Amino acid sequence: MTAPTTAGAAAPGTPGTTAAAVQVSGVGRVFPGEGGRAVTALEHVDLTVGAGEFVSLIGPSGCGKSTLLRLIADLDSPTSGSIAVFGRPAREARLGHDYGIAFQQAGLLPWRTVRANIELPLSLHGVGRGARRERADEMLALVGLADFADHFPDQLSGGMQQRVAIARALAERPSLLLMDEPFGALDEMTRERLQSELVRICAETRAAVVFVTHSIPEAVFLSDRVVVMSARPGRIAGIVDVGLGRSGDRGDGLREDAAYFAAVTAVREALHGGAESVPSRGVETR
Amino acid sequence: MSAAAAPGAAPATAAPAPARARRAAAAWGHRAAPVLLLAALVAAWQAVVTLGDVPPFLLPSPAAIVGEFAEFLPTIASAALVTGTNALVGLVIGAVVAIAAAVLASAVRAVDLLLDPVVAGLAVVPIVALAPVLYTMYGASVETGRQIVVAVAVGVPVFVNTLRGLRQVRPVHRDLMRAYAATPRQAVRAVTIPTALPFVFTGLRLASSLAVISAIVAEYFGGPRSGIGSFITTAAAGSNYARAWAYVLGGVLVGLVFYGATSAIERWGTRGVRRA
Repeated sequence: MTAPTTAGAAAPGTPGTTAAAVQVSGVGRVFPGEGGRAVTALEHVDLTVGAGEFVSLIGPSGCGKSTLLRLIADLDSPTSGSIAVFGRPAREARLGHDYGIAFQQAGLLPWRTVRANIELPLSLHGVGRGARRERADEMLALVGLADFADHFPDQLSGGMQQRVAIARALAERPSLLLMDEPFGALDEMTRERLQSELVRICAETRAAVVFVTHSIPEAVFLSDRVVVMSARPGRIAGIVDVGLGRSGDRGDGLREDAAYFAAVTAVREALHGGAESVPSRGVETR
Repeated sequence: MSAAAAPGAAPATAAPAPARARRAAAAWGHRAAPVLLLAALVAAWQAVVTLGDVPPFLLPSPAAIVGEFAEFLPTIASAALVTGTNALVGLVIGAVVAIAAAVLASAVRAVDLLLDPVVAGLAVVPIVALAPVLYTMYGASVETGRQIVVAVAVGVPVFVNTLRGLRQVRPVHRDLMRAYAATPRQAVRAVTIPTALPFVFTGLRLASSLAVISAIVAEYFGGPRSGIGSFITTAAAGSNYARAWAYVLGGVLVGLVFYGATSAIERWGTRGVRRA
């Protein structure tokens, strides 16, 4: 899991070894609509996310990227196909606390302090007071909010709240982190700072990440692979191997790198080209 | 309450002394202003009655009312005790039943559908009008009828507010509880109750004033001659206007005690939750 050569970065869609963090096979999700008009949110989706791999889902609104994330998190169930998380069904993975999750809204409990919010998953799962406190201190340091432990969420900026949400998601040392547009509501500067922080955090924790976004630069900067989706019905239109080096090496300089722009272009073309321009276009070789 | 919920104390950012003094002065000003206004109004009232030679049956002077109040203090106190007890018993019974019903309605859809029209019906029934009926049912010499009137009157706002609060849980919090595989019990403790509490207390605060008003008005319709309301009618019927006002003053004091008590309970009960 540690070597930069492993798993996903190399092989999009490699059928699941048991080590795969997420294995989505032939998944469809149909929402029953008003007056019998069913809406197909997802159709025939196959996706493998390797252990430690950072995969972004990108696409126009309505392409089902959030739906796919909710299916992986077992917040919703697929109408066809199956999903495995670390080799077991999504439901078992949820009940086994296999993943951490962060949403577009930070979703902090406003009546709890920052520290108590980070401790929430730990206290729900019966971790003792001392261990909880220790872990919360670690997480507070990780997201740079040690000085704000006893503040309440409404005393923090949106970016700080989102950092607390990420700390909460990581509190149980999950090997998989699910993120649904966590930076979507933030301004561009905060956003770039948090992206860099997330890259650093992922390098430290070595968790696999499934990251939903509608920002192309964000997807390219963060990801090993970018999964481009198209709408109506939602399906995978293409997968772009970004291959800009492992998380740890990505600094802000990368944002001005030629390879970065090339990958941005590749993702953009995949987005606008629709299903035709499917495969990864050899971005990594340039 | 949730174990980790911290006391809602203000952040301990120590303000410099002059700023603190200024804030204390401002706070004092906030409290003093309404008191001063009240004093000015009473003085104006006294002046109008004295200077304008207003007959006491039109408007008795504050001095006369206070005089009666002092003279009949033991009677007023015991009457206030009776009315206050009725209001308290009714408030507690009504609130407990209403909160239980709201919890049930939020959990079971059928109960919700069943209770919805009942509550709408109760909300439009002039509940104190039931008092004479209840007096004949339970006997005119006991306080039971009055307590039932209070309980019914109080039930509606408590039920409506509690149910509303129980439905305020944000979808993101619900997703979070599911993602963490929280048991229903844990989810209720971590999210549902803290979300609903401010609403419950709003209902209780509304209900507390309503309880005293209903208890007094119910006495206008008969029953034992024991509470503030009965003495107001008696005094007014005997043309003792200043004395009637003195009893009204007693009723106001009972209402203030109830309001103050529920506000204090609200502050205590939501000390960790107020930021919702």
